[in-house]
Amino acid sequence: MSIIDALSVENLSFAYGKKKALDNVSFAVGSGQCNILLGPNGAGKSTLFALITRLYDSREGKITLCGYDIKKQSRLALAQLGVVFQQTTLDPDLSVLQNLRYHAALHGLNGKIARQRIEEELTRLDMFERRKEKVRHLNGGHKRRVEIVRALLHKPQLLLLDEPTVGLDVPSRKAIVKHVHSLAEDYGLAVFWATHLIDEIYSEDFLTVIHQGRVKANGDINTVLALTGADNIHQAFAQLTGREAA
Amino acid sequence: MSFLHYWRAMWGIIGRELWRFVRQKERFISALVRPLVWLFVFAAGFRAALGIAIAPPYETYILYEVYITPGLIGMIQLFNGMQSSLSMVYDREMGSMRILMVAPLPRWFLLLCKLIAGTAVSILQVYVFLTIAWFYEIQVSWVGYLWVLPALMLSGMMLGALGLLLSSFIKQLENFAGVMNFVIFPMFFMSTALYPLWKLKESSELLHNLAMYNPFSQAVELIRFALYEQYNEYALIYTSVAFVIFIAIAIVGYNPSKGMMVRKGRG
Repeated sequence: MSIIDALSVENLSFAYGKKKALDNVSFAVGSGQCNILLGPNGAGKSTLFALITRLYDSREGKITLCGYDIKKQSRLALAQLGVVFQQTTLDPDLSVLQNLRYHAALHGLNGKIARQRIEEELTRLDMFERRKEKVRHLNGGHKRRVEIVRALLHKPQLLLLDEPTVGLDVPSRKAIVKHVHSLAEDYGLAVFWATHLIDEIYSEDFLTVIHQGRVKANGDINTVLALTGADNIHQAFAQLTGREAA
Repeated sequence: MSFLHYWRAMWGIIGRELWRFVRQKERFISALVRPLVWLFVFAAGFRAALGIAIAPPYETYILYEVYITPGLIGMIQLFNGMQSSLSMVYDREMGSMRILMVAPLPRWFLLLCKLIAGTAVSILQVYVFLTIAWFYEIQVSWVGYLWVLPALMLSGMMLGALGLLLSSFIKQLENFAGVMNFVIFPMFFMSTALYPLWKLKESSELLHNLAMYNPFSQAVELIRFALYEQYNEYALIYTSVAFVIFIAIAIVGYNPSKGMMVRKGRG
């Protein structure tokens, strides 16, 4: 039986000039799976995200989203993808609603469906009351929530998050971590989440550890622990990368 | 279904750009003050110094303010085109450009929409400027105000495409001051915006040639003739060709595998 993975990366390499940022990277993220991408700074996480979102093209290797090749069928592939970038990408001078409507338009949603989904998703994250506020006036945690809402409007199969909790206070961080995990569990959404904060990992998550452009480990937590012979993820991470985790 | 997607995305992009422009009052005011200062101060001062002979599309002697008006319209569009490109660089640094680029639509289409949106903003500015100029007794016929619209669309797209092209090559926001010095000023001064070609020829053959081949000059001439309900074929073709060349290079510049984006990468 073959099930199409939400995200599949095969033999991917990428270099900036002569400096290799990714070296023969392969892994997959299945539906309903929350896969945590761990790696120290400069490991190649951002490059990997830039390639998956097609900011750059790789010359070597292949990325498919729900079976669609990102280079050859980029529009079909990108339609499956919801992204929360590391930096906030909302327009601060527009209201929450305007930002979300803009995104809905880019994905070709009609007015009625857009309105419905915006209300649904905002309500789910307790943000509906704030829909008319300017993004500039929201705090960091609320901005992140709006970005998650935005990433889900077109009902993607894969949610990509690039260190979305950086700079947030502990309660906001916990709320977001919990919400994203529930998306994978309740709706079968595939989640690929880059972070360097180990306390954001749940015991049922999958891990992909990347270091110096190479995948050092990939699998569920027990597999990774067995591979390294470590007692916990902190130790496993330190062994794989030679660094302490946060 | 697919057509509707394109249609909605286009209006989404244009709507956002117009709304942002209207909200940014400072930008609106400064976009207007610049040409108005030139009109009220510079042109008024030069009125006595510069005699303008009768040359098409003008049929009578004209005041220098009248001559300079199409040039100032071009200036509005030139600045607007560059400002749009500045906002592209800003968007890219801030990340909102990435949201646009991950939309499931072809990149050339997204860039074209950005361009149309920027041009719409510049046309809005031009008509407000023309309204103020009308009260200053720089007036053309009502038909002229309509004739100029397609000319403005083309010139706006051409100058916007130039901005887009530059934005794909500018690495960081700080480099934008260079655009000011090396693109906007030379393009504006070495053109027919301020002086007619024959006048330039009197002072320097080189300057005359530079102005003649400057696409900005042709955009200005296109606007100038259209305001007087005339059609300047050479200017139309020249501006169209410049547009096609600029947009083609810009699209390559934003192509994920061929363009400059790869070299900008970090991490």
